[in-house]
Amino acid sequence: MVDALLSGLSALAEGARHLASAGGPNLIMIAIAATMFYLAIAKGVEPLLLLPIGFGCLLANLPLSDVMDADGVLRTLYDFGIGNELFPLLIFVGIGSMTDFTPLLANPKLLLFGAAGQLGIFLTLIVALALGFTKEEAVSVAMIGACDGPTVIYVANLFAGLEKIPTAMVGALAVAAYSYMALVPILQPPIMRLLTTKKERATPMPSVKGTVSPAARIAFPIVVTIITGIIAPKGLPLMGMIMLGNFMKETGVVTRLTKASENEIANISTLFLGLAIGGTMNGPDFLKTETLMVFGLGLLAIVVDTAGGVLLGKLWYVLSGGKVNPLVGAAGISAYPMAARLVQAEGQRWNKQNFLLMHAMGANTGGQIGSVMAAAIMLSVLKGLGVI
Amino acid sequence: MSTFTFGATMLVVGMGGTLLTLYLLTLLIRGLTRLLPARPAVRAPKP
Repeated sequence: MVDALLSGLSALAEGARHLASAGGPNLIMIAIAATMFYLAIAKGVEPLLLLPIGFGCLLANLPLSDVMDADGVLRTLYDFGIGNELFPLLIFVGIGSMTDFTPLLANPKLLLFGAAGQLGIFLTLIVALALGFTKEEAVSVAMIGACDGPTVIYVANLFAGLEKIPTAMVGALAVAAYSYMALVPILQPPIMRLLTTKKERATPMPSVKGTVSPAARIAFPIVVTIITGIIAPKGLPLMGMIMLGNFMKETGVVTRLTKASENEIANISTLFLGLAIGGTMNGPDFLKTETLMVFGLGLLAIVVDTAGGVLLGKLWYVLSGGKVNPLVGAAGISAYPMAARLVQAEGQRWNKQNFLLMHAMGANTGGQIGSVMAAAIMLSVLKGLGVI
Repeated sequence: MSTFTFGATMLVVGMGGTLLTLYLLTLLIRGLTRLLPARPAVRAPKP
């Protein structure tokens, strides 16, 4: 009887014993989870993602946790919606239904800022390859430059599913992507100021002229889907889902589906995605030099993205005879609408009569299309090269 | 394929392809908005 009691008590203490003997990495990960909670709750940094990711990380790192074992709750979520890229795609439907492309349609040349804002992806890819990452790892890390969490997770999982990158890397990539998206208000202004003169920053831009017909707004997602699908079919799931959401919104005939996409579907997918991604952050697999390098390269990607957009803006400023404010180029990333609001605030800081918001919104939605297009083209080129 | 060839290919084809595709889209959007122009709002006649 006494033996049975002691065995029972010993079983209860097994977790604590494990933590004390071999749980160092897990303890560090629990501290990282606590940091994520702090950032989400006290600082309001991407709470919708960091909170569930942090909790998933906590669950996966408690001693003897079986949440990521076969049939474990987080493993089930991972297999159900991450391993097959379903959750990021469902989130994309929501993003599409929440995005208003009207400023872009009214001034389509702003879409080119969306291309310049992807420069960080391709330059980071080169740096990652030079640092010794494999081709698939380098592409995954470079995608942080898309400034678009679901795209990063989609691409990384594609490679993780093919066992070309470690699953633990997906968690690092996701956390890096969402962290830097949240840090855009801190990262972008110094780069904007560094690359532009006071005169350029104070350049006023005329208000966006003309309105866009509902028919053009409805046709837009169909045209984009067809054209981008023909050019880069490997990215069709990404572009198709974002455009499906926008198509439903613009038609106005499926309000229930639109609302479900931007609320219930996006929310449920975000919760499950965050938890499952957090589950991949197991201490011994996560705490590696590569993880630090992922964060460093992610920072480089976002910085180069912003610089690319601003430098195109400067070129445009010169070519237009000083009619385009180069700051608008900084909005050519996918962090919507944060980047556009930043440009508006920065522009007004140097000229109170500066109203850049609509131009910046156009560039920002261009950045959303640009980031997905860059991922789509990368995947299609990789298929062409026989890498995937 | 060497790492250098891979990186250079991705940079040129990837960035170039993104830029060209988005430029093509700007032309298509311009065509779309001309083909389907916004109609001026019709004011109701004064009673």
